[in-house]
Amino acid sequence: MSTATEALEYNVEKIREDFPILKREVNGYPLVYFDNAATSQTPQQVIDTIVEYYSNYNANIHRGVHALSQEATDKYEQARHIIQKHFNAEKAHEIIFTSGTTHGINLVANGFASLLKKGDEIIVSALEHHSNIVPWQILAEKTGAILKVIPMNQEGELIYPAFEELLSENTKLVFVNHVSNALGTVNPIEKIIAKAHEYDAAVLIDGAQAAPHIKADVQALDVDFYVVSAHKMCGPTGIGMLYGKEKWLNKLPPYQGGGEMIATVTFEKTTYADLPHKFEAGTPNICGGIAFGAALDYMNALGFEKIAAYEEELLHYATKKLLEIDGMEIYGVSKEKTAVISFNINGMHPYDIGTILDKLGIAVRTGHHCAQPIMDFYKIPGTVRASFSFYNTKEEIDAFIKAVIKAKTMLS
Amino acid sequence: MSKSIQEIQEEIIDEFSMFDDWMQRYEYMIELGKSLPLIDEKYKIEENLIKGCQSKVWVHAELNGEKLEFTADSDAIITKGIVAILIRAFSGHHPSDILEADTQFIDEIGLKEHLSPTRANGLVSMIKQLKMYAIAYQTQLK
Repeated sequence: MSTATEALEYNVEKIREDFPILKREVNGYPLVYFDNAATSQTPQQVIDTIVEYYSNYNANIHRGVHALSQEATDKYEQARHIIQKHFNAEKAHEIIFTSGTTHGINLVANGFASLLKKGDEIIVSALEHHSNIVPWQILAEKTGAILKVIPMNQEGELIYPAFEELLSENTKLVFVNHVSNALGTVNPIEKIIAKAHEYDAAVLIDGAQAAPHIKADVQALDVDFYVVSAHKMCGPTGIGMLYGKEKWLNKLPPYQGGGEMIATVTFEKTTYADLPHKFEAGTPNICGGIAFGAALDYMNALGFEKIAAYEEELLHYATKKLLEIDGMEIYGVSKEKTAVISFNINGMHPYDIGTILDKLGIAVRTGHHCAQPIMDFYKIPGTVRASFSFYNTKEEIDAFIKAVIKAKTMLS
Repeated sequence: MSKSIQEIQEEIIDEFSMFDDWMQRYEYMIELGKSLPLIDEKYKIEENLIKGCQSKVWVHAELNGEKLEFTADSDAIITKGIVAILIRAFSGHHPSDILEADTQFIDEIGLKEHLSPTRANGLVSMIKQLKMYAIAYQTQLK
């Protein structure tokens, strides 16, 4: 296919029209939103779904006999099927609605508390977000399991051979992110999963940063647990999903008790509901779940391959332009990375750069990105992180580069 | 007679009123950061670190007669400028004057956004810390 045809097929200006927020100004400048790794913006189609829910069929689900409850239940369960199809789960009940990635990880960590014993080993990677570290530390404390860490190299990649050495017959669980939030590195999860399975260890993949860019196929990956947040992929906040293989979800005890998750309750004995309800206590985020489905429909209509190709173009363009700036240091230079650039200039504090960029209407993230071990590895207080999405443009990157140069001049 | 906190704040407002855009204000603030009375290295310790900042800010207080004097430092230039402005206004006064003083002038010199408690620069924590020192030393003076 020629570049001209591809360009015609990917009309970013038309896509931008779907996102009302992209029309606004910040501090007198057109908004340039490069904080997509923190949260993505919401297309009108998803906003409409939310409005439609509250305007037309807001009701509690699964219990009501009335029409609204039935409609809401249908839509909510349809959303579960959309998610199932998107991640290619074998069964719909392997998709558990959560409040987000952090909730999914805690649910699994909590469940493993009853499966682990003293001396068991669990493996984390050096590239994790705090939310994929702390729940496991709590688990290790509770059970006496030993937490081991896969080290990283200067390029911001995991050192795979070191992972192989950490594995043993005591390894029960491995949890790694698909993509690093601080650096954008895509981890070799296929290899990690296959190798861990040789030792009968379960693998949880934190897909929060991968999901907006890469369509994960949980069956092809043979992953045991995969967790994501909707708000990173054009959906609302407060909703996410945990995929778990049926055999694992049956093994784990319920996380929270309450309505929805029971079969029968007496004071002598309560029996739990089947999957997925066993893990969905209480009234869920119904509207959020339905909107999550709408977000996936929206992104799939654009096509993940096209999104990935376009974002890669943005990544290369921005990387090249940034490297032309004197004193530029980019962290995370793996060949396999998503459209995230973490950088510092000449020892300038990321907070200073971020503050000036904000004054120029540009939204980036500054700080340790909830990944302090990575910052400690590079011996820096933090970085400026620009993360791109499929609705960003090269013109926005040009404005961003100009702003970075301006910030550098002001701070020198 | 040395200037009161109120007078110094008005002086700062006057200086900032000469600028018509944010860029000049920030450039001036960065300039002011360079005049910050720097904290002695031996006080750059964990307990003098102000919580709630993305950048590191250390503040130390010492009584000189009945006047409380502050020294500080930060690893970020803009933060250093903000600290410098605060310290210029508050340092060298009686603790009870420091306790009574308000911080509206920050808003008036066009740095309102830094006053937001949700902003991760810890300006609000910095002000709180200066006032905490004032409370501590006020008790000592009594």
